[in-house]
Amino acid sequence: MKPVRALLLHPAAKPFAFVLCLLPLAWLVYGAATDNLGANPAEALIRSCGDWTLRFLCLTLAVTPLRIRTRTPQLARFRRMLGLFVFFYASCHLLAYAWLDMGLDAEDIARDILKRPFILVGFSCWLLLWPLALTSVNRAVRWLGGRQWQALHRLVYLIAGLALLHFFWMRAGKNNFAEVWVYGAIIGALLLERLLRYFTPRPRLSAR
Amino acid sequence: MLIRSRPAASNPPSPSTITPRAVYEDRRTLLKALALGAAGSALASWATRDARAAVSGPLAATRSSVAGAVTMEKATALKDATGYNNFYEFGTDKDDPARYASALKIDPWSVEIEGLVNKPGRIALDDLRKLSPLEERIYRLRCVEGWSMVIPWIGYSLSALIKRVEPQGSAKYVEFVTLADPKQMPGVRSSVLDWPYTEGLRMDEALHPLTLLGFGMYGEVLPRQNGAPVRVVVPWKYGFKSAKSIVKIRFVEKEPRTAWDKAAPNEYGFYSNVNPGVDHPRWSQATERRIGEDGLFAKRRKTLLFNGYEAEVGQLYAGMDLKKYF
Repeated sequence: MKPVRALLLHPAAKPFAFVLCLLPLAWLVYGAATDNLGANPAEALIRSCGDWTLRFLCLTLAVTPLRIRTRTPQLARFRRMLGLFVFFYASCHLLAYAWLDMGLDAEDIARDILKRPFILVGFSCWLLLWPLALTSVNRAVRWLGGRQWQALHRLVYLIAGLALLHFFWMRAGKNNFAEVWVYGAIIGALLLERLLRYFTPRPRLSAR
Repeated sequence: MLIRSRPAASNPPSPSTITPRAVYEDRRTLLKALALGAAGSALASWATRDARAAVSGPLAATRSSVAGAVTMEKATALKDATGYNNFYEFGTDKDDPARYASALKIDPWSVEIEGLVNKPGRIALDDLRKLSPLEERIYRLRCVEGWSMVIPWIGYSLSALIKRVEPQGSAKYVEFVTLADPKQMPGVRSSVLDWPYTEGLRMDEALHPLTLLGFGMYGEVLPRQNGAPVRVVVPWKYGFKSAKSIVKIRFVEKEPRTAWDKAAPNEYGFYSNVNPGVDHPRWSQATERRIGEDGLFAKRRKTLLFNGYEAEVGQLYAGMDLKKYF
């Protein structure tokens, strides 16, 4: 474990993780530019961005359980970046939909969002990610105070639930739920871990 | 892409260039033999891979003279038409059919005709194919998911078969049943749909000259992932109405329940005519993306009522509320 912890603290670790997080997007852009995204590249771009949003959401939610269970406090350094990448890929997902599917027609987009529950739910997720992204800087934590900041950021659980609902609904018409269950199981397990921890009495090490 | 029509009479392929059917239909066995040989399994898997999108040999046909049967639009690239498919018997991903359909055994094949007809029975594929002269027709294909293609099909009007089997007066609908064999079709092992896949048409729809009984596309025998060896093509309806790999055609009095109607009755109606004015509950049907044609940032093209076949089929639905009977 020791070398891993040292690596996590290495000055290059965060820039490295940052580049790693951008690879999916780079791969998609490269695929689109070289016409390698299959017969329907627009659909591939929209769906892949959505998939990566869910994946980064899982990664973000995994940071704290991993940090505690493996006693690796160094992992905390990466939580904010991963969380911001959820927002980033969600924005790519929305942009791809708005541009490739709706031709950036604001009126069409507004009508589509209001008309279709599964798009409304997805759009709500994106809106709910805004306050979390905006309060991710250190100054916002100080300004809000740790307790309130934490309360605000519990919104991520609601976002996770809504994101799953969005994905479930999108697959519902075709009865194709295999992937929905995979993401559901991962997110469920990560939330269950939190509940278990919450209800497990912790030995207090010091009186304050 | 350039589509050459091959009028059978004026320009027949020379016999020496045609792979004997026994050989091409036996290709799987050859590949298996290859696997057992010194070449080893690596080469065999490479060979199978290569054979994936390959079609099974030329199929001669003359250009159709049926009104509306030949659109002048650019045909979709063969690689897209054979690599981007919905054929849930082989899996729900678009590339699953191309990946897994090679296991489908299409010889021998026969189609069972049953129900309210004077001449029920089993018709062997060869006899079925020879029942009427084969025509090439270039149809628009609009998928309910919001994308479209242009496909040069080979076949003849389904009406030729229907007239041959003499439906009784009480036969009001035609039901199509697709093969559902979990040994050949991995998708059938999952419960995505209530197998076997069934579809249906009203008798007048089935008798319409544009309703095609298809045996080939792009000048060749139907590739397996596109519904080999025999399927229907109903160009003014969403793609899922056109049943693939048909083993049974049943003539019935009552409107048959179809596979998609059973799965999601609020989303997929019996008629499922292409209609930009009736949205799918989860997306708009007003526009579509033409596969391989429209650029990534191009605006989607407008979807046409009855997929642009209104002049030919509009009268079938005169006076019908298309929002109610979607």
